Amino acid sequence: MNSRERILGRVRRALADAPEDDKPVERGYLRVHGDRGAEETVELLAENLADYRALVHRCSQDELPSVIGRLLAERGAKSVIVPPGLDAAWLSATEADRVEDTARSTPYELDRVDSVVTACAVAIAETGTIVLDGGPDQGRRRITLVPDHHVCVVRVPGQVVSSVPQALERLDPARPLTWISGPSATSDIELDRVEGVHGPRTLEVILVG
Amino acid sequence: MNGTFVGMPAFPQAAREAVADATLRGNLRHATHTIRAKRAKAVAEVSDWAELREAGKRIKDHTLRHLDRYLVQLEESVTAAGGTVHWAADAEEANRIVARLVKETGESEVVKVKSMATQEIGLNEALLEEGIHAYETDLAELIVQLGKDRPSHILVPAIHRNRGEIRDIFRQEMGEWGRAAPEGLTDTPAELAEAARLHLREKFLRARVGVSGANFMVAETGTLVVVESEGNGRMCLTLPETLISVVGIEKIVPTWRDLEVFLQTLPRSSTAERMNPYTSTWTGTTDGDGPRTFHLVLLDNGRTDTLADEVGRQALRCIRCSACLNVCPVYERAGGHAYGSVYPGPIGAILSPQLRGTQSEIDASLPYASSLCGACYEVCPVAIDIPEVLVHLRERVVEGGPVVRDGNRVVLKPAKGHAAERAAMRAARWAFARPGALRTGQRLASRTRRLHPRTLPGPGKAWSASRDLPAVPAEPFRDWWQRTNGGNTGEGSAK
Repeated sequence: MNSRERILGRVRRALADAPEDDKPVERGYLRVHGDRGAEETVELLAENLADYRALVHRCSQDELPSVIGRLLAERGAKSVIVPPGLDAAWLSATEADRVEDTARSTPYELDRVDSVVTACAVAIAETGTIVLDGGPDQGRRRITLVPDHHVCVVRVPGQVVSSVPQALERLDPARPLTWISGPSATSDIELDRVEGVHGPRTLEVILVG
Repeated sequence: MNGTFVGMPAFPQAAREAVADATLRGNLRHATHTIRAKRAKAVAEVSDWAELREAGKRIKDHTLRHLDRYLVQLEESVTAAGGTVHWAADAEEANRIVARLVKETGESEVVKVKSMATQEIGLNEALLEEGIHAYETDLAELIVQLGKDRPSHILVPAIHRNRGEIRDIFRQEMGEWGRAAPEGLTDTPAELAEAARLHLREKFLRARVGVSGANFMVAETGTLVVVESEGNGRMCLTLPETLISVVGIEKIVPTWRDLEVFLQTLPRSSTAERMNPYTSTWTGTTDGDGPRTFHLVLLDNGRTDTLADEVGRQALRCIRCSACLNVCPVYERAGGHAYGSVYPGPIGAILSPQLRGTQSEIDASLPYASSLCGACYEVCPVAIDIPEVLVHLRERVVEGGPVVRDGNRVVLKPAKGHAAERAAMRAARWAFARPGALRTGQRLASRTRRLHPRTLPGPGKAWSASRDLPAVPAEPFRDWWQRTNGGNTGEGSAK
């Protein structure tokens, strides 16, 4: 008998006396916490992002290229990596060298890049979370991981949901997802949160719309 | 109290040494009290906490009830998404599978995401015997690994270390393992985090094989979920070419939607955050993004034995948040090492003796490592009634009885150390069945009460060393009831 059969057999024997349970799980919890309009939801997102030390900026669609240009310049970024499907206009006002992420680029090459600019799939107001799903304007997971400075653009209010349940409804589990709530942090020293370990230590979120 | 109290050998000995360590007690007190207040605040933010907790409990119970079905479904969906599923009945088999998979890549080192399952099976040690170096990348795990120490907390394995101790470990040990600590490293947490970043970066960038656990596995979609803070998880899950995840079979949830409960309750319970900094989900392999090869090793290692216990199986609902450790008065004083397992604290006290059996001295003592105050049950996000399971396991240790070990039904003998306790219980049973004898005994006890010693003689001495003996009334209750007609004659009790 192989281990698969052995484990499944043990499970079945262990449950032989257990009472039947085919009722669906009751979900008495809320879909959303609180009653907010679209603008209030965006404000809550901004507040919760900032609470976990993301730097939040708001601008209109027209202002976006100049805001991105300014953030990269303030950072002193000499190079910036962008996913292949990012709107080229977003980077029209930056001097930084554009680095392409190809399947052949190595982690070492990524490590030499100063900043990364991406869009996102959805943002969650209640938790201050942005979610990337590897779409064309978000790229491979590693480009938002190795560089130390991540600029993420959220289209508001369209990409913003209130709650975790609403976010999961919008997301496709077949895609690799990265949920980001503030910059990299740790609670490992005396159980107190400190920002900045392996992921980008500076997270800037631009709410555009 | 001496260590001979029936049923409490191993934990009390270890705990007594830990309690004498003033630095350790200070570190634990500081850390657990910091997180306690923050957790309470994070939980109070959501008005439907009770409903989320109930739903989490129900989802896990339902999954466990149909675990065979969901395991098969998970295997199908992971395979369909490009992953390979392996089954490991015990630690040894899991270690053998992982070592073989690593060797097949031709590599001799792996980077690891913090994982309770791989700690439980002693994977790092087993890999080292095969010539494979496993590097822990979680900050606390790194502190433990560099310090040649043992983990003492589920979430923060180095909770017993303060910042000064961490600085000293980094200064002394980092050079041995790779990039040395920066010159003039101080004990500010930000500098310590920076030192870990620099030390580990070279390992991440060159890594070809990653090893992880998972917080959840979704049967319906084949998706695995890792919840973390630092980004070391993302590094290990996305940069290597091969990813091997070792996951306990109880980590399944049936549907994608079920995550909406746990992604709300887990961060708030463990690090007291609305959401942890990073959560990664992946389903098999993705072309052009992340590892090209994905292996999932499903681990039993005592879980099906635990599942066979009607009362004890609720321990398998655990999502490893560690809230129960942070509120436990026993854990706060004794520390994690005293529990003799990678699962310390209240959950460890019910999980270890079930996963490993109660034959060893330490495992037989763990159900007693509690005052049964119930704080653990109150904070548990999946409502595991830890005190109920503790009492159940105490009964098993004292009385013995039928259990399942390695899939086989066996009958445990009563533990040796409990002869006096069993004799006392037999005597009580005899007396309660004979009202005349009980009355005579009670009257005798009342009349001689001024002569009673303050402590018990013989085997009872240890018990009364830390407890007051109950005061015996001047008159037995039943005599008082008869004399005063249940208090209706207006006459008070005899003084």
